[in-house]
Amino acid sequence: MRVLEHCLKNDGGYLSQACSSAEMLSTLYLKTLRLGPSVAPAVPLPFPGVPGTRGVSYVNGAGYNGPVGPGLDRFFLSPAHYALALYAVLIETGRMSPEGLEQFNKDGSSVEMIGGEHSPGFEAMGGALAQTLSQAAGLAWARGKTGDEGRVFVFLSDGEFQEGQTWEAIQAMVFHGIGNLIAYVDVNGQQCDGPMEEVMGIEPLDARIRAFGATAVTVDGHDPAALDEASRDKGPAAPHFVLCRTDPCRGVELLERRRPKLHYLRFTSPAEKAGYEAFFRERG
Amino acid sequence: MEVLSRVHERNLVAWAKDKPRVVVLSADLTGSTEIAEFRRAYPDRFFSMGVAEQNMVSFAAGLARGGYIPLIHTFSVFIYRQALNQIVSSVAYPNLPVKFFGFLPGITTPGGATHQAIEDVAVMRAMPNMTIFEPGDATEVESILDPVLAAQGPVYVRMLRGEIPRLFPQDEPFVPGRPRILSEGKDITLLTSGICTEEAMRATTALAGCGISVRHLHVSTHKPMDGAALLDALASPKYGVITMENHTTIGGLGSEIAELMAENRIGVGLRRMGIGDSFAHGGSRAYLMREYGLDAQTLVRVVESLIGRKIGITEAELGAVRIEAVHSLAKAEAL
Repeated sequence: MRVLEHCLKNDGGYLSQACSSAEMLSTLYLKTLRLGPSVAPAVPLPFPGVPGTRGVSYVNGAGYNGPVGPGLDRFFLSPAHYALALYAVLIETGRMSPEGLEQFNKDGSSVEMIGGEHSPGFEAMGGALAQTLSQAAGLAWARGKTGDEGRVFVFLSDGEFQEGQTWEAIQAMVFHGIGNLIAYVDVNGQQCDGPMEEVMGIEPLDARIRAFGATAVTVDGHDPAALDEASRDKGPAAPHFVLCRTDPCRGVELLERRRPKLHYLRFTSPAEKAGYEAFFRERG
Repeated sequence: MEVLSRVHERNLVAWAKDKPRVVVLSADLTGSTEIAEFRRAYPDRFFSMGVAEQNMVSFAAGLARGGYIPLIHTFSVFIYRQALNQIVSSVAYPNLPVKFFGFLPGITTPGGATHQAIEDVAVMRAMPNMTIFEPGDATEVESILDPVLAAQGPVYVRMLRGEIPRLFPQDEPFVPGRPRILSEGKDITLLTSGICTEEAMRATTALAGCGISVRHLHVSTHKPMDGAALLDALASPKYGVITMENHTTIGGLGSEIAELMAENRIGVGLRRMGIGDSFAHGGSRAYLMREYGLDAQTLVRVVESLIGRKIGITEAELGAVRIEAVHSLAKAEAL
């Protein structure tokens, strides 16, 4: 609802991603992830500058996920255009203040539309897609070597399984026995051009992942108990994939009318916007 | 001239002994990038990543976030051409200490256009946060690892392997940003990098013998470029400045010097020697250097064009060409 409200205020946004991932992100933050309380300012600071030798002192968005510690998990959101959904979850879980969202996509703000690693809840640059899983794998290996109990969680979109690098990463994790990484995949079947089966099919995804030697379970991505349970259903020596079957119109059935193009909501007429406003008043 | 074999291979093992955070990543070119001894010595610090460079680069970024110093080893082309977005987003933006050792720069390989990194300096130099070194001899190859480690953030090294000459005194190690003065002269200022330094030295002695004095500087740091160290040499020659590089003439050493000269209002002539705006093809190093105008004879002709007269140095008067055998124990394969 917070994402819908934001979309109404700003005449558009990545709404379907929030519809498909709301329970996934909420379950991760409320139940599954072992995170400490946020160590970042409740109202995000302005864009701090880029990392670099000549850069200013740099603040990483992972502070909203709590401190770094051997027993604590690390969380990486790979599809950075899910930023709005992540910010909403950070607010609902008390990690960011609601005013933080006022800065969304405003010039000079760190609360960016496509989250960078300085944006709340982000630790790495995921915007190019498919690179985060590999980065998380490297970190997972390092954590395993160091003896950390904490795990590495990655949130992936199903579209990223069209990228060769995703499969390179799975291949490498299996080969190097990286078992402390758990990936939650939003299998909403949607991408920018429309339904994935019309753009570039990836099914059967679970069988493909298993054929690479990783473990995979499929769950209802809107069932919090099942989502949490799925993180435990893994072996010790291979990466684990939780394939979350989701509905990109979930909770905002009006979106159904926009099929097959759900990637980005931009109101096409005042009447359409009025429909969403009425829906928000009823349900919000 | 002393010629050494597999300098990096031996040096890396000794250097990494007391550095437990240093790990090495290979993309199926372990023998060809001189890290087989490292794998034997420190198997738990060696990652076989397969022929999958994009994952290798991002994985290395994750290792760096976990406190390790990853040294990526593969052919240059498979770093910046195969995984450019990964270098940018996973490594360079967050300024992580991932160190790239790119082998077979320019026409040092008979592997043809797919293996010849001829525009790597141009591509990597345009990337914020990237440091770029290019050793030119055995002394620099064996002294480059400390500066690579000391440089904050990512470093790209245009690495040499196999049989490498020692051109510079062993007790004068590689210093980032500091050009080496190989000869003093007033007529021409010559700046060379990488393997072109050895080749240029074949000509500078002969030129001196003909009364042409050349101020020859070897440049081994492409970025950050220390202009102050070069300005005097660039501003002073009677006839002009020549750059000579194992790279296209766009975006590499020649461009670096042109930028410096323009920004500092240095109005002397500049000739940029390099591969030109062209791909190359497979062949021996000596053939390719001749074919693409990277040889001592071409340098003499460029000097002649600057001073406006023939000097008359023949091929026979130039220093001997050092020919590296195609099949040599110093290399894992003929590539």
